[in-house]
Amino acid sequence: MSSWDGIDIRVESAGSAPDSWGNAVPILHEVLHALRRLAESGESTLIDVKSLPFGPGDEEQLLAALGEGEVRAKLDTLGESRIWESRYAGVWLVEHLNVDGGRVAFHIEITEVPQILCSQADDISAAVRNLETDLSDRS
Amino acid sequence: MAQSKTLGERLQSHGVSRRGFLKFCAATASLMALPPSMIPAIAAALEKARRPSVIWLSFQECTGCTESLTRSHTPTIEGLIFDHISLDYHHTLQAAAGDAAEAARKAAMQENEGQYLVVVDGSIPLGNPGFSTIAGVSNVDMLKETVAGAKAVIAVGTCASFGGIPHAYPNPTGAVSVSDLVKDKPVINVSGCPPVPVVITGVLSQLLTFGTLPELDHYGRPLAFFGQSIHDRCYRRPFYDKGLFAETFDDEGARKGWCLYRLGCKGPMTYNACATAKWNEGTSWPVESGHGCLGCSEPDFWDAGSFYKSLSVPTGDVARNAGYAVAAGVALGAAAGALNRAKRAGAIKRHEKVNVDDLGDDQG
Repeated sequence: MSSWDGIDIRVESAGSAPDSWGNAVPILHEVLHALRRLAESGESTLIDVKSLPFGPGDEEQLLAALGEGEVRAKLDTLGESRIWESRYAGVWLVEHLNVDGGRVAFHIEITEVPQILCSQADDISAAVRNLETDLSDRS
Repeated sequence: MAQSKTLGERLQSHGVSRRGFLKFCAATASLMALPPSMIPAIAAALEKARRPSVIWLSFQECTGCTESLTRSHTPTIEGLIFDHISLDYHHTLQAAAGDAAEAARKAAMQENEGQYLVVVDGSIPLGNPGFSTIAGVSNVDMLKETVAGAKAVIAVGTCASFGGIPHAYPNPTGAVSVSDLVKDKPVINVSGCPPVPVVITGVLSQLLTFGTLPELDHYGRPLAFFGQSIHDRCYRRPFYDKGLFAETFDDEGARKGWCLYRLGCKGPMTYNACATAKWNEGTSWPVESGHGCLGCSEPDFWDAGSFYKSLSVPTGDVARNAGYAVAAGVALGAAAGALNRAKRAGAIKRHEKVNVDDLGDDQG
């Protein structure tokens, strides 16, 4: 027991570690450069947030800085996907979840409309066939 | 068994929309550590991808690699990939046993001659064939027989890649790696003890998607995952550049999340994807939970001296030259890595053993 008595127990003070690790601001600069390209030449950019070596709190700081704009959308295929425009027009966040709610991809998309929100040509062709069938069933 | 249906056709038959397919491709790009600009190319390739036969051989191993893989955290995406490979033989996962299991392996080899993939976890003992056998066949004989008609071999885990723990001094079984034995087929090493699960599936995805071998480093590891050191991708790296180090596991530096280099972190000489892929459903990774990297994806990591001994402690120059260090961070990290590799080679030669006193000395 004597060895245990020698252990100095300290209570961790809240906030001893930094709230973030300074990795959000460089990404915001990258977003700014991409947004300029979009404004000047219409060029879209995708940033894979999952590939960034973020420390605890960095992603939260980045998301807080980008904020939320006017548009939110939900996609329901192979699990849920959340898509929302940041408070900066043209800067979108696209988060893909699996059926268990685990994140499988997280992108910042600097574009007019994220590609995945657009109706896809194959699905439109299938929709034509489906509507034709539905109408022929009615007649 | 392998089937002729393409992945695009299989997804369509499962009622997955084109949007769903794009989502799948976005996740696959992320999984393969490819830039998002590759998503259209992935979509085009995946639509045409055909179902490959995979034979998984487990030799001198602890099943940790399979545990890692089956606990990967993207079940939908990886499930689709695994639905799309034909896993024809795997001791731990297959229902068949004994003669039926061996018959499945031989049938897969025969039906997919020249096209099937072999995944190996565990090292191969050469000291005595009886050290590790399956159905009475030694590991080395089974490997040679199975690999003969394979398209490529994926060595999963540090044991299969470099010999791993069985190969540690004094290597009582004469353990060797897959690439020590297989010279006439492409071998991809996916090292780690265990490997990061998404790295295993990422490599499978690459083969499935493009049908080509990924670009490899000098240890035969895919550059997409092993191209940068843990140190260069570490979120604590700015503290290294400023010369701010934790000296013990409970000092002020440790609490403030400073660099763990002086506590033995092997980040500068270790190449792996832990810093970005992370573990436990992306929750954290060793450095984030306050422990230095052990260097488990490097050859002979077990013989490289104490995990808690800093092999090359940076001098005060790092702190004094902080401004330069930030600008030239990668170069500094590379230099530290080279120093460490030299010291580690010495440690392996001397076979420094680790004991409790070691831990006390290193921390104090």
